[in-house]
Amino acid sequence: MNLTMTTTKSFGAFNLSADVTVTGDRIGIFGTSGSGKSTLVKLLAGLLEPDKGEIVLDGDYLFSSTRRINLRPEQRRIAMVFQQHCLFPHLNVKNNLLYGFRRCPAQYRTINFDTLVSVLKLAGLLGRGVTNLSGGEKQRIALGRAILANPRLLLMDEPLSALDDALRFQIIPYLRSVSEQFGIPYLFISHSLVEMRLMTDTTLVFERGAMVEQTSSEQLARSRMGQSPVGYINLLPLGRPAPAAGLFAYPWGASQLLLSVGSDREESMAELSSKDIILFKQHPEAISARNLMRCNVRSLFSSGRKIGVELECAGNTLIAEVVQDAVNELGITPGSTIYAAVKASAFRMLPG
Amino acid sequence: MSTLSPSDYDAIRLSLQVAVAATLLSLPFGFVVAYLITFGRFRGKVFIEVLVNLPLTLPPVVVGYFLLLLLGKHGWLGALLNHAGIRLIFTLKAAVIASAFVGFPLLVRSLRVNMEGIDPELISASRTLGARWYDTLVTVILPLSLPGLFAGSSLMFARSLGEFGATIIVAGNIPGVTQTMPLAIYEYASSPGSEDMALSLCLVSVGISMVVLLLHEMLAKKSAQKG
Repeated sequence: MNLTMTTTKSFGAFNLSADVTVTGDRIGIFGTSGSGKSTLVKLLAGLLEPDKGEIVLDGDYLFSSTRRINLRPEQRRIAMVFQQHCLFPHLNVKNNLLYGFRRCPAQYRTINFDTLVSVLKLAGLLGRGVTNLSGGEKQRIALGRAILANPRLLLMDEPLSALDDALRFQIIPYLRSVSEQFGIPYLFISHSLVEMRLMTDTTLVFERGAMVEQTSSEQLARSRMGQSPVGYINLLPLGRPAPAAGLFAYPWGASQLLLSVGSDREESMAELSSKDIILFKQHPEAISARNLMRCNVRSLFSSGRKIGVELECAGNTLIAEVVQDAVNELGITPGSTIYAAVKASAFRMLPG
Repeated sequence: MSTLSPSDYDAIRLSLQVAVAATLLSLPFGFVVAYLITFGRFRGKVFIEVLVNLPLTLPPVVVGYFLLLLLGKHGWLGALLNHAGIRLIFTLKAAVIASAFVGFPLLVRSLRVNMEGIDPELISASRTLGARWYDTLVTVILPLSLPGLFAGSSLMFARSLGEFGATIIVAGNIPGVTQTMPLAIYEYASSPGSEDMALSLCLVSVGISMVVLLLHEMLAKKSAQKG
């Protein structure tokens, strides 16, 4: 997908000035509330009209004030998944799913209904009304409805923000299927750095109505580490655990990690904050933390008043966070060897 | 209390006919006006709102008088219709029009309250899923407005049953032709010795209104539970 947006839009005191040129299939828009993310999405979907400028998607003008082009929302083939699922309460699950599909011109109908129902695990819900479903089920249906409209681009406007933590991480694999299984490029809007890393490759950062940065989602998370109260969140893919003296030993690349929480899944994902990793210059004689790893320092980066240390531990990557004094005292330089300690209770298993 | 006379049955039948016709006639207009007031962005919207609600505050006799000026033989519209061989004044059609005007604000008000409760993002979702504005109107806004449509219709129906002032001016009080229940009661009440007849018809009127309002409450509760 190639998207170019050079548009302005004013509402009273708020001004959005979007100057965006981006290529990719998994694009993120990151910003705090009031940064203009949702306005940008509405301009793109045709739900708001820019004051002036151009919106060009894959060479097609969706809006141009100079050429007097302004395609209506239904002409743009840009579907949306909203914060609140926005399912039609008077239609059952099947008719909600088919709403966009029935309106999609035949030449664009490439996505099979049964395949989608199977991928999103919706078969058991088709005949039901939508009002009494769980938040996760509703969001899966909203996603399926948007995919079945066979859009050229899918806009996901903070689709996880209304869900609790457990549901959020259950939904993410389904959201990723939009691009991975159905080949639909998407714009994912969020104010969560973790969601950005899980969902997108490139992120556009908006502040006070203007794009201030275009970067990789990974780079964005690293650059924001020092300002974030939770630091950088390491996402660790883990295998099936085995009991180990009151803890759980998880395969982790060529190594293993001891966690205080168990899981019966073949694969799971754990979170570890960069703040919860303690670095030692030498192997400590005795330590209460159950995970002690010998690591190589791959690189250092600064983020605010903190220094991020990218570690390579048994084939895995970890980001630890220290202050400059610690870097000096421990003599941390790229290529040096260091020991990283993590308590078994510092990990948080992501629901899934 | 006496039993109902054949002319009383006529009055009941005419009242129901007028109320049903006025309500059905107003439904499409009421829906369009409520839609425009709720979702429309245009100049003069406030003026339309005031105009729609005017019959609620005006004495019905005033509404009737304006209708007489409009639809009378020499009225702006009446002259045109007269030319086409259509006569409205002192017919049942005039009673229907009078009832429709007086009850219309109640229908629009119910519909509008209902429409204002529709999440605008449902409309946005519909548009981004490929629906044109009229498709969205029919497949999203109309079905979600049904509780307001039913509630407004029942209120309007009940109001039409009781309509007197505007009706007597434009339709007169002709037994078997334009004499509805309120007009018949008025005639009994102003004739000495007909108090029992008036009371009988009053009780029928109360009974019908209660049934309609009970239905209205049941529908309102049902839609509140659904919502």
